Amino acid sequence: MPAEIYLNVAVGGVLTGLVYGLMALGLSVIFGVVRVVNFAHGEMMSIAMYIAVVLFSAFHLDPLLMLVPVAAVMFAFGYALQAGVINPFITRPEHSQFLLLVAVAMIIVNVLLIVFGPDAKGIQTSYSYDSFQFGKLIVDATKAYAGLAALVVAAALFAFFKYTTLGTSIRACADNYTGALVVGLDVKHLYALTFGLGAACVGAAGVVLVLIVDVTPSLGHGYTLLAFVIVITGGLGSMPGALLGGLLIGLTEAMAGLLFSPSAKSMFSFAILVLVLLFRPQGIMGKRAA
Amino acid sequence: MTMLGRLIDGVSVRVLILLGVLAVALLIAPLIAGDYLLTVLILILYFAYIGQAWNIMMGFAGQLSLGHALYVGLGAYTAAALYVHFGIGPWLGLLVAVPVAALAGAFIGFLAFRFKVGGVYFAILTIAVCEFARVGFDHLAWTRGSSGLFLPVSQYSGNDLWHLRGRPVMFYYILLAATALAFVGCRALLQSRIGYFWRAIREDEEAARSTGIDTFHYKMIAVVISASMTSFAGVIYAFYYNNLFPEQVFHISRSIEIILGPIVGGVGTLFGPILGAFVLTGLAEILNNVLAALGIDLPGAKQVFYGICLLFVIMALPDGVWPWLARRMGLSERSK
Amino acid sequence: MSTLLKVEGISKRFRGLLAVDRLSFEVPKGAIFAVIGPNGAGKTTLFNMIAGVYTPDGGTITFRGERIEGLTPDKVCRRGIGRTYQIVRPFPALSVEDNVIVGALLHRNGVVDARAHALDVLRRLDLYDKRAQLASSLTLPDRKRLEVARALATDPKLLLLDEVMAGLRPTETDRIVAILRELNRETGLTIVLIEHVMRAVMALAGQILVLNHGKPIAQGEPQAVVHDKAVIDSYLGAEALS
Repeated sequence: MPAEIYLNVAVGGVLTGLVYGLMALGLSVIFGVVRVVNFAHGEMMSIAMYIAVVLFSAFHLDPLLMLVPVAAVMFAFGYALQAGVINPFITRPEHSQFLLLVAVAMIIVNVLLIVFGPDAKGIQTSYSYDSFQFGKLIVDATKAYAGLAALVVAAALFAFFKYTTLGTSIRACADNYTGALVVGLDVKHLYALTFGLGAACVGAAGVVLVLIVDVTPSLGHGYTLLAFVIVITGGLGSMPGALLGGLLIGLTEAMAGLLFSPSAKSMFSFAILVLVLLFRPQGIMGKRAA
Repeated sequence: MTMLGRLIDGVSVRVLILLGVLAVALLIAPLIAGDYLLTVLILILYFAYIGQAWNIMMGFAGQLSLGHALYVGLGAYTAAALYVHFGIGPWLGLLVAVPVAALAGAFIGFLAFRFKVGGVYFAILTIAVCEFARVGFDHLAWTRGSSGLFLPVSQYSGNDLWHLRGRPVMFYYILLAATALAFVGCRALLQSRIGYFWRAIREDEEAARSTGIDTFHYKMIAVVISASMTSFAGVIYAFYYNNLFPEQVFHISRSIEIILGPIVGGVGTLFGPILGAFVLTGLAEILNNVLAALGIDLPGAKQVFYGICLLFVIMALPDGVWPWLARRMGLSERSK
Repeated sequence: MSTLLKVEGISKRFRGLLAVDRLSFEVPKGAIFAVIGPNGAGKTTLFNMIAGVYTPDGGTITFRGERIEGLTPDKVCRRGIGRTYQIVRPFPALSVEDNVIVGALLHRNGVVDARAHALDVLRRLDLYDKRAQLASSLTLPDRKRLEVARALATDPKLLLLDEVMAGLRPTETDRIVAILRELNRETGLTIVLIEHVMRAVMALAGQILVLNHGKPIAQGEPQAVVHDKAVIDSYLGAEALS
């Protein structure tokens, strides 16, 4: 194989990885603050993917233009889910929370199945088959746009947490739950906001991902697992870690698909996960717990 | 005290009566039940048994495994492959299948407990190893990879217990015996030294260690026992369904099915896994029938209702159905 | 009297902060030995090193003639050192009796034996009547005594008590003091306690070690220590004597 194939695949993998990173960022934000493991994360993403598909087939709206509105819808969904269903569970044991979110995931998947049927749905944009060429390097236009969009959304989220008062209060809430209560922060509201933000993140990731991948109702759980692999690899609770983990897993999957077989992709990401868990349990960018 | 005396020590008369009625009902059920009801009962017993096995790890020792499909799959594939390739029957196959699953459990346990991978991380590790196995078996030619491993099937007039070739009623009684043994075995474990140490670890691992408990050792015992017990169900699964696909056997939704029963029934209780299996499998079948009677033929409709029911059950009964029921009926399981 | 516990030059550093600094002392067999000092003096760190939670950065800990520093907490406990935690941590969903049975099972194989021993210990600690309650339903004083009971059930030669009197009312303090003194007198159990409640310390301890910033500032008989100028300046304050 000529060397540029490797390079092309690697660049494609990194761009897809950025989208993975955005998806994982949502999970990381939710876990980092609310301390709930969102086992319905991938399923939430598939909702956003279907919204994008519907908007595209009905009104020919380009998914990239729909990014902000769909993310807003997902934010509302996430807020409502946390405020209405998950909040009573935040003090319950992990297996109980796990079961709750499994039930939520089950409902999402099957409602999608009832509404949209089992067939895969995708989006064919005017630029679906375009590509950019830089010397010998060829980059799919869709992947380039997708990666770029993911990066912009991630940057916006970083800015929110760093520069706004609300972002700072949420971080305070994550660092010290009791402390946040003591200084009078409305923790339940902040939790719901955070879950909404996480949902908006994964929603944006879904809108972008649907450019690259067709959506089916049962697509979700695979991405839930992938999001976990990425977040733990990058470091639970570390936002840059989630992005970096996404890049790493995207790259690994692409190379594994090229060198071995596409069906062995997940084996390599899980191998990375196991290695990270054993030798650097806090993740690549995570801080060591005292 | 005799063994039997110790087993029923502290159990109220009402619980003993309840157990007796349940045992008799289950023993005579196949005489009354039709084919359909029998298959449902087989499913219930299957989940009750595995739920009991999973409960040893989570309910007793506090280690959340989300990858128990791994041990089912290893048991099923080992026994099935030995049968298909060498004609070795399932009971002899168990002698290989159980150690294989036990080794897999010991491997996960060793990695996790040595490197102090706990809580959510441990759960994800168990999923990861199971996914690993799924992809691995997809590419393993000896077990026919993703095209599936099939056991030879024909019409059976009699039941060949030694080769597990026969009609559903045979599997029913085997699973009934297994579930009863698992129940008694778990009670004995819970009342033994190991059981006390497990519960101490579940409650507070650091305090358990400072009370002199070698937590690594006892957590390893929990994983190995749980994995071994689960693999037996895998062997039965293989010979009952006669076909195995990695995509199905090792799928994460299999692992989730396994743990729903004990969580809904009551984690850490002895009746929880059994009750949970009845409640959930019963619920699924009732939904099937109700939807069919209403003429609703939507794929997914059943699962939506199932999910909603699940949601309500866990919201209303955080500790599970059994502890609630036991309180209502004035029974209490002393060694929770 | 022979030495039961001998600590020689142990140190522990956390992120540059020296929590315990080359500390040495000896506890004779059968003694009640108190460690006092202001918050952050390194008392709990010292306990955690003896109990095996932390490995000292340097120095040795000798218990019954054998080196124990760096052993894991379960091994330390099996050698005969029982401990309680400053913030109590009984096994919440287990009954009082089962909590203590866990400890009793350390040196007993049979649950029947262990239960009998556990009930003896519970009687000693005035918890027998509450044996069927869940640990999580107990009041703080009861939970503190439950922790002592659980540690005691492991048949320790040395008991490490980390502030068992803190947060208790004077009558409850007196009750624990009486129980501990009786244990010490009847079974010869050696006790090392960290304590802020001077009333309890004065009533119990034969020897006091005063720590400040990880270093000993005084050691000796209670009356001598509380009149030591350095101790008064850094910890007790003059009003404690009045």
